[in-house]
Amino acid sequence: MGEKAKGFFVTGDPLIYGADVSIIITLLGILVFLTYFKKWGWLWSEWLTTVDHKKIGIMYLVSSLLMLFRGGVDALLMRMQLAMPNTHFLQSQHYNEIFTTHGTIMILFMAMPFMFALFNIVIPLQIGARDVAYPFLNAMSFWLFFFGALLFNLSFVIGGSPDAGWLSYPPLSELAGSPGPGQNFYIWGIQISGIGSLATGINFLVTILKMRAPGMKLMQMPLFTWSVLSSCITIIFAFPVLTVTLALLFVDRFFGAHIFTAASGGNPMMYVNLIWMWGHPEVYIVVLPAFGIYSEIVSTFSKKKIFGYKSMVFSMIIISVLGYFTWVHHFFTMGAGADVNTFFAITTMAIGIPTGVKIFNWLFTMFRGRITMTQPMLWTLAFIPCFLVGGATGVMLAAAPADYQYHNSYFLIAHFHQTLIGGVVFGYLAGLYYWWPKMFGFKLNDRIGKWAFWTWNIGFYVCFMPQYALGFMGMTRRVYTYGWDMGWAPYNLVSTAGAFLMGIGFIFQVWQILYSIKHGERDLTGDPWNGRTLEWSIPSPAPHYNFAHLPAVRSDDSWWDMKKHRYGAAGQDEIKEYAPIHMPKNSGIPFLMSACWFVAGFGLTFEWIWLGIAGLAGIGICLLARSFQRNTDYYIPVDEIKRTEASIGRVV
Amino acid sequence: MSKRLSSGRLRMVSVLAAGLLVLLSGCDRRYLIFNPSGPVAEKELHLIILSAVLCAVVVIPVLALLIFIVYRYRDKPGNKAPYTPEWSDSKILEIVWWGVPIIIIGILGVYTAKTTYSLVKPPVEDVKPITIQVTSLDWKWLFQYPDQKIATVNYAEIPAGVPVQFHLTSDQMMNSFWVPELGGQEYTMPGMAMRLWLQADQPGTYYGSGANFTGKGFAHMKFKVVAKPQAEFNQWAKQVKKTAPALTEAKYQQLAQKGLSEKQTYSSYPERLFLDTIDRNGGKYMKPEMKHGGHDMSMMDHDNE
Repeated sequence: MGEKAKGFFVTGDPLIYGADVSIIITLLGILVFLTYFKKWGWLWSEWLTTVDHKKIGIMYLVSSLLMLFRGGVDALLMRMQLAMPNTHFLQSQHYNEIFTTHGTIMILFMAMPFMFALFNIVIPLQIGARDVAYPFLNAMSFWLFFFGALLFNLSFVIGGSPDAGWLSYPPLSELAGSPGPGQNFYIWGIQISGIGSLATGINFLVTILKMRAPGMKLMQMPLFTWSVLSSCITIIFAFPVLTVTLALLFVDRFFGAHIFTAASGGNPMMYVNLIWMWGHPEVYIVVLPAFGIYSEIVSTFSKKKIFGYKSMVFSMIIISVLGYFTWVHHFFTMGAGADVNTFFAITTMAIGIPTGVKIFNWLFTMFRGRITMTQPMLWTLAFIPCFLVGGATGVMLAAAPADYQYHNSYFLIAHFHQTLIGGVVFGYLAGLYYWWPKMFGFKLNDRIGKWAFWTWNIGFYVCFMPQYALGFMGMTRRVYTYGWDMGWAPYNLVSTAGAFLMGIGFIFQVWQILYSIKHGERDLTGDPWNGRTLEWSIPSPAPHYNFAHLPAVRSDDSWWDMKKHRYGAAGQDEIKEYAPIHMPKNSGIPFLMSACWFVAGFGLTFEWIWLGIAGLAGIGICLLARSFQRNTDYYIPVDEIKRTEASIGRVV
Repeated sequence: MSKRLSSGRLRMVSVLAAGLLVLLSGCDRRYLIFNPSGPVAEKELHLIILSAVLCAVVVIPVLALLIFIVYRYRDKPGNKAPYTPEWSDSKILEIVWWGVPIIIIGILGVYTAKTTYSLVKPPVEDVKPITIQVTSLDWKWLFQYPDQKIATVNYAEIPAGVPVQFHLTSDQMMNSFWVPELGGQEYTMPGMAMRLWLQADQPGTYYGSGANFTGKGFAHMKFKVVAKPQAEFNQWAKQVKKTAPALTEAKYQQLAQKGLSEKQTYSSYPERLFLDTIDRNGGKYMKPEMKHGGHDMSMMDHDNE
């Protein structure tokens, strides 16, 4: 047991001890706060058991911002190590762990939950629904993500972090290459949250197809809704591939199989193909909703209808289909032969076409409009040049023989950060600023926001433009140190400075949020931006049941149309009778069952079979308990609706 | 506000353009990819420049258009620019911006295909190529010369002006073999032999490195490729044959242990070492063509194994 305990806690690094202490202090602080202010009951009944999509969205948002912080700290640690040649700030092993967790966290535990936050907060409101199709499953998805992320992050202080790269290619990720629990944390952290992601994909697909307000045809849906629909379709086809791939890797590691080890007749190339069959669609999963956000914002702040609506919808569908036929471009250098490489080079370039078309459509939405420079619009305008250049370097990478020179170099690193930050993160931040008043009832401060915007943006270019140059100079990714001989030093130093600027930008945003909670401009109308879609027709924050009357939709840009022609919620004279509203009841099972998944995952990570079985048994019991629950819904009485509507200043 | 924004954007564009000029000037030796020293790297650089120019054809006008639109249609009192809030459809414009990218991708696609096919063939046809077998180990490179029957660690010498066919494999972890001035990279995979054609036109010393992560010592997997005139190369090989120690089975076992290594030179090696390494790592389960260089079947007759 003594032997085991020695390997159990990560030791020997002052950075980790520092983290240990801060984790313990934070936990104690939270416990004391909850107990002193008697908030345990509130926490349980308002948050842990909630099935309200708006609250689930806020929990996703908070988690993803925390993960953005952690992934960002990882990034800064790496940049500090690389700022100068021959630095001894981090050891090789520590550096390898940090780039692995940075990549995994930023994609799976930052971008995905940030995206789900916006799905949850916006979609039901935007299509005029009172909740998602499966509210219980929605809570399940969140808690699976939460406990998966918790398990993954635990590896930092217990057992040791994974260190084989964010996609963990075998043979390095096999038992021989990565003994110890780190790689198991990776597998189970992602597996558990991955089930949640798949469920969310199904949930929102059904929500969008079945729960739209009466009258809203498919081709009248807001473009954000369309983008979520295409993203969900992609999730449903892509995530099972990830689950199977990681399950097979687990079988290799746990049962000693040889599915991906060449030495006994398996094939590591199979893993590389499978993981990218998920991995490539994954980047379209996260970027499509960002495209939807930009569409909403460009149209709103140009005070003009979106240009080429049909073309926009069509291009998103093409992207989500074509996204499945490009995965080999991640390993043109694996010797697949000229036929295969040519095919995938051309499909990859082809996916640039619908993406380019979208940029033209955004430009021509602004053309002959009236552009106001609000915060969401600023981020959108910053996105266009950034993503344009990132997309262009993507087309350059797609030319297979050119890729032989770029592959695994800093050129590639610069490219995908430019598309993922310039495309995805800018988009989600734009969405955050845009829908923040709808979530919380106040706007985020403009002045601090502009500081954040400019430090983020300048920081981005200072950080990543030198990395394109480093790629041309032959610097490969994942090296923890380098010498003076190659001339890489000045570029790396500049790049590190840029990374810190982005870090400062993030601090500005935290300050902006804290400041605005107290001083932010309150949104009393529910429609602070003069919006065009249904979420702006109800008060901010939206009442528990969203819509007292389900809106009757007659056209696209439906709220705009209602305001113009004075009907629906914008009509003065239409006072309808309220009817009781059917709502789902809260449930503690999603939280408890996900906690059991965590226990099971933890047991399997350390190969403590008894704990794994205990966790799995707990999952079984929760499933049984749920299947015998009959009393899962209720009606909000008319009185209560009237009281609520009166209290938020609506005509009753 | 909008004024500041657009001037910021202008500045950014000019910085980018200046950056590109510096990059493309190629006078700086540190930009390895812009200093191709052989036909393979040259072909790849041509494709890189072509793709950059084709992208610039779209990117630069779009950036200009963005600046123009944001400046002209900003919402300020007295802005006389037209405002058409309901105008949202134009067949002609749609055809233009679906059409132009399709044409550009078409052109780039054709050149990409041509280059891809040309790179699986030897760079020049009239010179007899030599073969070098490369094994990536944790964390060092082993080069074997089947014609000269000598071996080196962490450096390779090649005759200038002669096409070199590298046969790549790995003992254990998957790496990638990259000599940027001579040409692009190829993975080294356990249980398989991959082929990569490279050639140095001029004598010189070229930087090489492992490009795919293999764990703790990965950052140190660098090597030099030294190109010499044929006569000097022959002499070097003879010298090695005479003076260097032999690479025995036991020594190879030592070399294969995890760890770093200095440059080493060996006068001989166990004859089937390369093939045995492939077989031991799973080659015995592979189809024969995987063991002998992927799908590049046209070159089987050059096989010296």
